[in-house]
Amino acid sequence: MTYIAKPSLHHPSLTCNALGYTRRDYEGRISTLCAGCGHDSISAAIVRACWELAIEPHRVAKLSGIGCSSKTPDYFLSPSHGFNTVHGRMPSVLTGANLANRELLYLGVSGDGDSASIGIGQFVHAIRRGVNMVYIVENNGVYGLTKGQFSATADAGSVSKKGVVNTDAPLDLVGLALQLGATFVARSFSGDKEQLVPLIKGAIAHRGAAILDVLSPCVTFNNHAGSTKSYDYVREHNDAINKLDFIEAREEIVVDYAPGELIEVEQHDGSVLRLRKVDVAYDPSDRVAAMRYLHERQAAGEIPTGLLYVEENAQDLHARIRTVAAPLNTLDTAALCPGAAALEKINAGLR
Amino acid sequence: MKPIQAVNDFVVKFANVNGSGSASANELFAKAILRMGVPVSPRNIFPSNIQGLPTWYEVRVCEAGWLGRRGGVDLMVAMNPQTWDADVKEIEPGGYLFHDSTKPLPKSKFRDDVRVLGMPITQICNATYSDPRQRQIFKNIIYVGALAQLLGLEMQVLETLVGEQYRNKPKLFEPNVRALRIGHEHAREHFADAPIGLALRRADAVGERIFVDGNSAAGLGCVYGGATVCAWYPITPSTSVVEAFDKYCNKYRTDAATGERRCAIVQAEDEIASIGMVIGAGWNGARAFTATSGPGVSLMTEFLGLAHFAEIPATIINVQRGGPSTGMPTRTQQADLVACAYASHGDTRHVLLLPQDPHECFEFAASALDLADRLQTPVFVMSDLDIGMNQRLCEPFAWDDARVHDRGKVMSAAELEAGKDFGRYKDVDGDGIPWRTWPGTHPSKGAYFTRGTSRDPYARYSERGADYVYNMQRLLRKFDTAKALLPQPLLRRAARATAFGAIHFGSTAPAMDEAISVLEARGLQLDTLRIRAFPFADSIADFIAAHERVFVVEQNRDAQLRSMLVNEFEIDPARLVPILHYDGTPITARFIAHALAERLDAQAPAPREALAGSAR
Repeated sequence: MTYIAKPSLHHPSLTCNALGYTRRDYEGRISTLCAGCGHDSISAAIVRACWELAIEPHRVAKLSGIGCSSKTPDYFLSPSHGFNTVHGRMPSVLTGANLANRELLYLGVSGDGDSASIGIGQFVHAIRRGVNMVYIVENNGVYGLTKGQFSATADAGSVSKKGVVNTDAPLDLVGLALQLGATFVARSFSGDKEQLVPLIKGAIAHRGAAILDVLSPCVTFNNHAGSTKSYDYVREHNDAINKLDFIEAREEIVVDYAPGELIEVEQHDGSVLRLRKVDVAYDPSDRVAAMRYLHERQAAGEIPTGLLYVEENAQDLHARIRTVAAPLNTLDTAALCPGAAALEKINAGLR
Repeated sequence: MKPIQAVNDFVVKFANVNGSGSASANELFAKAILRMGVPVSPRNIFPSNIQGLPTWYEVRVCEAGWLGRRGGVDLMVAMNPQTWDADVKEIEPGGYLFHDSTKPLPKSKFRDDVRVLGMPITQICNATYSDPRQRQIFKNIIYVGALAQLLGLEMQVLETLVGEQYRNKPKLFEPNVRALRIGHEHAREHFADAPIGLALRRADAVGERIFVDGNSAAGLGCVYGGATVCAWYPITPSTSVVEAFDKYCNKYRTDAATGERRCAIVQAEDEIASIGMVIGAGWNGARAFTATSGPGVSLMTEFLGLAHFAEIPATIINVQRGGPSTGMPTRTQQADLVACAYASHGDTRHVLLLPQDPHECFEFAASALDLADRLQTPVFVMSDLDIGMNQRLCEPFAWDDARVHDRGKVMSAAELEAGKDFGRYKDVDGDGIPWRTWPGTHPSKGAYFTRGTSRDPYARYSERGADYVYNMQRLLRKFDTAKALLPQPLLRRAARATAFGAIHFGSTAPAMDEAISVLEARGLQLDTLRIRAFPFADSIADFIAAHERVFVVEQNRDAQLRSMLVNEFEIDPARLVPILHYDGTPITARFIAHALAERLDAQAPAPREALAGSAR
């Protein structure tokens, strides 16, 4: 965790968004991660996505577990409340927070150790429930803070910095998320901001469990030859299946594309996800096909990235359990307590 | 052997097979006695099983109003061949054995000192009903009808209760009443000439009291206390707390037009997730609770440390069962005190409320939500299986409409806007309780980062020793503040001044009160103090200091309350004498009176013979 405050001076020429905020207003403290860490690029992408969308920073709740990635909520969105919970348990805390107030934006940031190893159970069940959240896994295949042990997403056969070969099969978070019913599933790379920022925006606009698996190389412990999560390896094997443009209003002018090359998905808030297909055969609204496609490409050694799946009419947990529209944390005694007369009736029924 | 003669003061025990439909018939029996104005205290003794294993329902009838388990059985209703031998053995000499005599049993299966009342129930059912399910179900109702005749339980009362039970299913009313009458009639024909010595007589000893189980009461308390988020994982014996919360929310928190609910109930994947959700909701300004039992608390401990250190409200209803490990999941104990009071690594402590009955389960559940918000910390309501899963006669629930949920020190947007200094972990009021803000309150003020690591008073990460110590000392001050806000111990003075005292808590209370009265009748005087919360009120130390010897009566092996008293007050352990009951059955007055008398006698000679009877 950092203790270095960033100077809050703003250059007068900084551009403002619709709310009058500059990008600096979405920043956090100075990162204490290693120079070149993929996680810092993701923090920057979050800042850009929120600024461009003109999200009110204080209406975001940012939650994380424990680990390098989980430190990052301190490095963006200072005006937001943050919660650094316990290792692997961010999803349950986020779920509870979401139940308390459905009006905030819940941004969960986690890592592959936090989500795929110790926290796999909570990762799985938060997705099953359809908690309305943006869940970003900053995936580097390694435990950084404890100096270089493999995590559960490390590929079998990949070699650690110390030369140890990983013999365990990897967990595929994207495949899992699809199987568990996540309604927005994407994979990206911390080094590809042009792909990542629109995906984060799309996830923010999505109402339901939005899972982003972001490959984010660890420059200190997993960026060597033999690693399958290094900058070089990911760049070489990155197989972008589509290119997402996030469009806030329906009226945007549509550029001409050949038939079959463009898909538009309208979200609850009226925003549009416009996908320019790189692989024309890929249909991100077909869950089963997406799973099959991913398996095939991954078996071929590729890392498919992009918006892998999105469900247009997703329902979140609140809709499923039919909570009232007003945030539960705003209900007062009168709204919650049946009162003395009702209690007297209950007493009478117990005699 | 002289048959036992007793009016409104005896124990009836039903030995049944789990899943045979006996529960509602047995409850009908108990409730009918209550309606005659005679106090009863029933207890389910059940296996961890859905169908087939033995289960018992023990009803203590006691006009004097003692609601603890008495011990011993005066009338056994033996409906389970599996447990026959043990059931017959348990009957007091001079007692009665009622059984299904359809299949004859050899004489060796009976006792000479017990009067046998046989009724061919299976045969009657087979002759009366053709449906196999009815043949089974109505056996239970038939024996209730027979017992009504034997004991003088008014048929009109039974029939009224059946009418209330099937108000919405009138088709079931007639066959049930018919079964009652069949049993009653058969008993009149066969036993009326030689009535048994046990009898019920109308009395006026129930009053306004209600008859309810502690889990329903706790669930209702959470509705009244304003809980909006409930996250839980099914575990005996706590599950019915959430079922009750759900039921009452359906009634009182659901919009009739839209079906939308002013609550969120989520069944989590485990207890780690359930407490995580409670903490997330508490952090975000909703009142949240979970219900669990020992194994669940064990899983929650890391999160409890976080909630303690990061100061997040959470309410945990712990319905204790026999531990350790899976222990005795369907038996009662008070063995989670230490596990809850000091749950998690590092220097932690948590607030415990110790209810004695369903009335206090309601009251303490509602208060726990207030206290959790006020103190910004986890609060446990330490119920147990004996209170939680048995219906108990208790004072009616009470609520003052002027009462407003206490949300504690929450800084508003207006206060932040006005420039009020906000230091999340700063002790501005001197009571150790800092101010907090809810997420989303103000665009530029009041946001902070919550974490389980050390931090300075403004919630900035800090590894400075001075910052850490400031925080840890403040937490101690906060727990000192808590003492005055918690339910205070209740003192019951002996008729004469005495050098002896007894401390107890929770479900031990009814047995304790009765034991004291038994001992008093024999000239042994003890002051008692019922502890209702932790951290302990200073008056507990005063009580101990004021007595030469203090007995600590509790339902666990290791004298956990005593250890905590020794630890918290730095008391010489020799001054606190443990009286421990931990076989999984509820503690009895007989056990306590015997144990206390034995120790008091060793100290000062007392009329020993007179006491022998109390511990039979």
